[in-house]
Amino acid sequence: MNDLSQASAHAFQLLLSGNSEIWEIISLSFGVSFSAILIATPPALVIAFFLAFFQFPMRRALISLFNTFMSVPAVIIGLTLYLLLSRSGPLGDLRLLFTDKAMVIGQIMLSFPLLVAMAHASFQAADRRAWETAITLGASPARAFFTLMYEVRFGLIAAIVAGFGRVVAEIGCSMMVGGNILHATRNIPTAIALETSKGEFAQGIALGMVLLVLSLSLNAGVSIFQGKGELQA
Amino acid sequence: MNFSIQTATPLKPTPYVAAIIGLLFSVGVQANEPLRLATTTSTENSGLLAELLPAFTKATGINVNVIAVGTGKALQIARNGDADVVMVHARQAENVFIAEGFGVNRRDVMENDFVIVGPATDPAGIKGINNTLGALQNIATKHSSFISRGDNSGTHKKELSIWKHASIEPDKAWHKEAGQGMGKVLLMASELEAYTLTDRGTWLAYQDKLSLSVLNDGGVLLKNPYGIIAVNPALHSDIQYLKAMSLIAWITSPVGQRLIDSFQKNGQRLFYPTAIKDVLNQ
Repeated sequence: MNDLSQASAHAFQLLLSGNSEIWEIISLSFGVSFSAILIATPPALVIAFFLAFFQFPMRRALISLFNTFMSVPAVIIGLTLYLLLSRSGPLGDLRLLFTDKAMVIGQIMLSFPLLVAMAHASFQAADRRAWETAITLGASPARAFFTLMYEVRFGLIAAIVAGFGRVVAEIGCSMMVGGNILHATRNIPTAIALETSKGEFAQGIALGMVLLVLSLSLNAGVSIFQGKGELQA
Repeated sequence: MNFSIQTATPLKPTPYVAAIIGLLFSVGVQANEPLRLATTTSTENSGLLAELLPAFTKATGINVNVIAVGTGKALQIARNGDADVVMVHARQAENVFIAEGFGVNRRDVMENDFVIVGPATDPAGIKGINNTLGALQNIATKHSSFISRGDNSGTHKKELSIWKHASIEPDKAWHKEAGQGMGKVLLMASELEAYTLTDRGTWLAYQDKLSLSVLNDGGVLLKNPYGIIAVNPALHSDIQYLKAMSLIAWITSPVGQRLIDSFQKNGQRLFYPTAIKDVLNQ
C-alpha cells in the first residue's frame, strides 16, 4: 500500500526535523516511565529478597498474589486509580487526576508486581550460601544484600528492563489517569492512539518507530551485558 | 496431519490462489453487499442512525454498515476508498474533501448546535453574556482552563474556527488539548473545573454525571451543519455509488427529513432537518 510507505517516509522526516511536539511527547513518555521504574525498583527488590530468603506466614500466598497481579490489565489499574483520584474519590483533594504524577503512580502499580515476581525468581536461583557466607564473614545484612544482588544482577536487570518495557508501551492506564493532554500528559502510546484516530498515520508510525528502537536497544544492551557475564564466569 | 496439504501446495499453488482470489471477487460484487457509511460518533451515539437506517433498509432493501469515528478519520477512510458515503459535520474539511476530488454530490442533511459548558461557579463569569465571542473572550482573558478535544474531530474543528473568529490565539497555559472523545472530555472538564465546547447530544447524555452546566448557547457560531457526501466512484472500482446516492436521496427526502425532525432523546430534539425545510412546515 502506497499510503504506508509514504507515511513511513514522512515519519522519518518528522523525527529528523526535530518536530518539537513529537520530541516533547517522547521525552514525557520516557520521563514518566523512568521515574516509575526508579521509584518501584528498590522496594520491589527488597520485597523479592524477603520472599526468597525468609520464611514467614502467608509467604506463599504473597508470591501467588504478586504473580496474579502481573496479569492485571492496565485499564483495571487505570480505572481503580481514576476512582481513587477523582474529585469525588477518597484521594480527590490531592488534585492528581490528569497529571503526569498520576501516570507515574499508575505505572508504578503496573510494574511493581512484575518487578517483584521476576526479581524473586532471580533471588531464588541464587546460592543461599552466598548470603550465609557474607553474613558469617561479618558483613552487615545491608552489605550482604548488595553482594547477593550483585550475584544475581543479570536476572535483576532483566526484571527492570521487562518492567520498563511493560510501562513504556502501556496505554490503558496512561489514557485514563493522564488524559492525553497535549504538553502535559500525552505520551507515546496515547499519542499513537490519537494520531491514528485522526488519520495522521505518519505521526503514529514515527512514534511507533521510537518505541521499537528503544526496546530493541534496551534488549540488545541487556544481551550484550549478559553475554559478558557469561564469559567472565 | 497436514502432510497432504503441504505436499500439494508447493507443487501447484496457482489454482488455489486463483480460486481464493476468485472467491473474494465474487463476494465483492454481490448485489446485497452492504453500503459502507463512514460517519461521526455523534450520529451513532445519539441513536439517530438506529432510527433512520432500518427505515432506509426497509424502503430500499439496502443494508448499511456504519463506521462511526471522528470526522477527520471518517474522511480519511473515505479517501482510502473504504467507505461509499460519508456523513460528517465539518464544512471546511468537507469542502477540501470535495475540492480534492474524493467526494461528489454533497447535500445538507440537518443541523444541531453546540453549547459552552463549565463549572457552576463560573470563574470566567460567562453566564449571562449573550454572545459566544464575548464568552470566549472572558475565558481567554481570565485564563480559565478550557479543555479542547484536540483530536481533529468535527467538534474540535468547530472550536478552533470559533477561536479564530474571535481572534484569540489559545494559549497552552489554559487551553488544554485532551485528544479524546466528547464524553471523556466532558468528564475531564468536570474533574478539572474547566470549560469546554460540546455538542448538545453528548451533553444531554452525560449531564447527570457531571458537575457542569450550560453557560452559553444559541449563537449563530454554535450551529453545526451536517452534510452527506458520496465518495467519488472514479477513484476506486468497488465504490457502491448508486447505493450511496440512494441513501443521499432518501435521507434528504420528506420521509427521511421527517424522521430526523421527530427524533428525540431524553425528551429533547437533537437534530433539525435542513435539506427541505419547507416540506416540513406544511
